[in-house]
Order: sequence, then C-alpha cells, then structure tokens
Amino acid sequence: MVIGTEVEYGITVTNDPSFNPVAASAAIVNAHAHGADGMRWSYEDESPGADARGFTLRDVPIDETDSGLVNAVLHNGARLYVDHAHPEYSTPECGDPLEATLYDKAGELIMHRAVTTVNAGLAGSQRMLIHKNNSDGKGNSYGAHENYLVPRSVPFGDIVHHLTSFLVSRQIFTGSGKVGSEHGRPSVDFQLTQRADFFEEQVGLETTLKRPIVNTRDEPHADPSKYRRLHIIFGDATMSEVQTFVKLGSTSLLLLALADGALDEPLRLLDPVGSVVTVSHDTSGTSTLKLAGGEKTSAIDLQFSFFEVLDSYVNSGSVPHVYKRVLAEWRDLLEDITRGWRAVSDRLDWASKMSIMQGFIDRDGCDWSDPKLALLDLQYHDIDPDRGIYNRLVAKGMIRTLFSQDEIAHAAENPPESTRAWFRGECLARYPGSVVAANWDSLVFDIGKTSLVRVPMMEPLRGTRSLVEALLDDSPDAAALIHNLGDTHDRT
Amino acid sequence: MLPHSYTTSETHMTEREQRSSNRPKDKRVEETVPAVRADDVAHKIDDLLDEIDTVLEENAEEFVKNYVQKGGE
Repeated sequence: MVIGTEVEYGITVTNDPSFNPVAASAAIVNAHAHGADGMRWSYEDESPGADARGFTLRDVPIDETDSGLVNAVLHNGARLYVDHAHPEYSTPECGDPLEATLYDKAGELIMHRAVTTVNAGLAGSQRMLIHKNNSDGKGNSYGAHENYLVPRSVPFGDIVHHLTSFLVSRQIFTGSGKVGSEHGRPSVDFQLTQRADFFEEQVGLETTLKRPIVNTRDEPHADPSKYRRLHIIFGDATMSEVQTFVKLGSTSLLLLALADGALDEPLRLLDPVGSVVTVSHDTSGTSTLKLAGGEKTSAIDLQFSFFEVLDSYVNSGSVPHVYKRVLAEWRDLLEDITRGWRAVSDRLDWASKMSIMQGFIDRDGCDWSDPKLALLDLQYHDIDPDRGIYNRLVAKGMIRTLFSQDEIAHAAENPPESTRAWFRGECLARYPGSVVAANWDSLVFDIGKTSLVRVPMMEPLRGTRSLVEALLDDSPDAAALIHNLGDTHDRT
Repeated sequence: MLPHSYTTSETHMTEREQRSSNRPKDKRVEETVPAVRADDVAHKIDDLLDEIDTVLEENAEEFVKNYVQKGGE
C-alpha cells in the first residue's frame, strides 16, 4: 500500500490591508527553498518572490497564473507549492499509514520553518500565520486530501459503494471540529468536521464546488494499467497524530481488504449526501441513518461493522503488522466515543477543541456565538509551536502523540525508504545542481549533454533504499548515475 | 451547557455496551509516549484555560473578521 496526503494550509498576514494570499503562499514556498534542505524549482528566475528577506509581500507581483510555477520538491521527497491561493504540502509516497502520518506531521514543521523565515523579513507589525485547517468559517473551504494506491483491477464501482458509507461514518473520528455551520446547512453549535457542509454529491470529478464524497480524479502518476491513485477529498486536516494514523490506517485497510476480495456486499446508505451532515452535526455519532434497504443504523454502528469485518481480515491473512496497531487504536477510539466526547479528547481534534470551548463556556458563561470560540476554532490549528492551541495541549501532556520531535525533524529532511520517494529525495541531495525537474513519476537530469535525460519512475514501489542505494553509492555524480542506470534501468 | 448537537440515544448505548462487553479485550498497544488518561483532562482544564488566555490573539473579534481564505480543493 502506498499512501500520501496533500494539505492546503490556511494563510493570513495580520495588519496587511493589501494581503495577497497567492504572493504570501509563494513567499512560503520560496522561503523553504532557500533553506538548507530544499531544492529550488527550476523556474526560480521567473519568481520575483525569491528573496524572502527584506521585501513586503505587496511588492511580489506574482499573479494567479504564475502561481502554478511556484513549486519546490524537497529533500524528503515531498512537494511544496502554491495551489488555489494556499501553500500546499504533499507528502512523499509512504509505504504504510504510520509512515504517512509521520510525513503528514512533518509538513507542519516545514511550514513553521518557512513562516519563521518569512516573518523575519516582514514589515513591523505584520505577522504571517499558517493554519492546518479546512475552513475560514465564512463559507470558504480548502482541502486535506488522502491518496491510496489501489490495483487498477479493482472496479471503481466497488470502491464507490464500499467507501461511501465508510467515509460518511468515519467522520466521528476524522473530524477536526468546527463551531457553527456553513454553506446553507442547518445551524448547529458545534459539529464534528470542518468539511461536511461543503459536500453535495456522492461521486464526481469536481474538487472546488459541488464537492463529491468520492472523487473520480484519475491521475495515477504511475503505470496506469497497474494502478489507480484513489484521491479522497472528503476529510479534515488533522493535527492529532493518533487521529491521522487511524484515519489513514482504517481507510487503507478497507482498500486492502477490497482489493483482496475480502469484503461482502457493501453497506449502502439511502441518502449518502444527506447523511454527511446528519453525522457531522451530531457529536455522539448516534443519529439514525437509513440504509438503502430501509434498515436503520448510525455512524458509530457502521464503524463497528467495518471494524469487525476488517478485524477478521487482519487476523486471517498476511497483512503488514502495522495494521494490528491500526485496529487496536481504532477499536479503542470507537469504544471511547460511545462513552462521550470527553473520553476521546486526548486523541481526537474535534473533542479536544470542544473540551477547551466547553471549558470557557463553563468558566466565563459565554455561549457558542462568542468570538472567542470562533478564534479558538482557528487558533487550535495554528502550526506555531507556542501559539497554536493544539501544540499547547500536547506540551501539557493532554493529547497523545505518536512521534518524537526528532522523528518529525528527521522526516522533514529525509525521504521514506520504502518507495520511489527515496530515489527522488536522494538524487536531490546527492546531485543538487544536476536535477533540473522533479515530478512524482520522473526526474530530469542535466549531465552536460545537448539534451536533458529523463528518468521515468512509473513504479512507486521501486527506487526504494534497498533497491537503489548501492547504485547511488556507486554514482559520484549524475552522469555516472545515468550511465549506471543504463545497465540496470528497471530498478527505478 | 452542552452544545445542542450532542444527543444521546439510550437504546443505542445499551446495544453498544452489550457489544462492547462481548468483544475480547486485546492487550493495549505499546505507546512511544506516556498515556494520558482522558479523565485527567477535565482536572487540568482550568490551568489550561488561563494559559490559553495568554496566547490567544489579542482581539478575537477582529482576528476572526479578518481571517478570510480563498476556496481551494
């Protein structure tokens, strides 16, 4: 299983009347690229935002059409770029859900380092903030996407039917919480997820409007006859590591079981789109949902059903060991959710956020419409280690984490070893001047010849450390690498 | 005063408790950091609220009003 996440971060600058989110996002990308561990994108000459120090953002004339060129590929194999007026971080390809959780978390550190650099160069009272969230509370939403490599042989219809009810019900443990509702949905004091209100279709290609629960984008960046990259847009960005792990772990496990032919008839909701809001607007997970055949269920019951099927699947087969850990964490979450939100406030963003808000309500007597709660709703997701409320909770030992700061820092600078990201990251590190372009499925080298050399990387599970380390160690420069690859071309 | 989105269903609780007690209790997974009991969370809340007050952005209403994002994917 190969997994990756893409997160569009929220961006803002205080005290800047001419704030331009595209220019600001470009500044983030370029600030990172100037750091010791970034590869500068080959379009840098066209990017006037290159010097992050000593310029004010309004001087950076990057317009909407150029933003697609502001693009950095990092030494850890990730991609940092501007997308729809947000800085976006796409993890490298990861070999399992725990690794994907680590690299997703590393994105926050990368963003923090970049924003620190940008802030050092901003005028006086201005301060740039980056939030790992999905809504501004004013009707604008941006995504946290998950990508799972699934065999092409799995019929897409099967994916749609099994995944729909799974995605709708998993909101009880994937949401990062939000005060109020948006996009014309019924009002509510607090709901499980930031994104639910914005979903309008069961299946579709759109990502910025009429958003579908199951997205049909088919851009595998890999051998298309072998693979499908399932692109899931229905989810929240999560700060909590345990939460991210169970989100990615349970979903990838479902897909593994599906690909293995281990699932029976899918549980199909009568009204999937309507059920999205029914689930999100009820923090107990117990609201009645109807299945296609008329039977009644609920989000929590659906999740227990999925759990039981996948528990049997893991116990019966040769699934990687990490999935036993997924099951244990998932089971604990589901059981604790039935005890009420306080029991999961140490692992789920929505519950920990709610515990703080409920605390202010109880202590200060404010209500759910108080601006302080709307502020908390945002500041919970501030990636700053000192100002971000999630980070304060971690520092006080109130939220369980999975990784040490050293592990996260390591992942911010080093690629995963189990996928082609390793080859990508290592080439960037070892041959910095010679890689002129990097994509998910190829690298382009300049080795001094009249034409550039493109190395295709169509197989995400090749280019791993175990497959290519010796080759790279035998190649002191890019020309040697290309020569050596000529002999062993099927390793990448 | 809990948010009005919080609902309980007595019947469901009974069914889930039933199912939960029938399920074998597996060994808890080893954790890399010490476990936090969720019960302890409530007691630490007051200290935490004071601390959060010191780091919250100064003018809540203004910050929230000015926080506008472009729609993304």
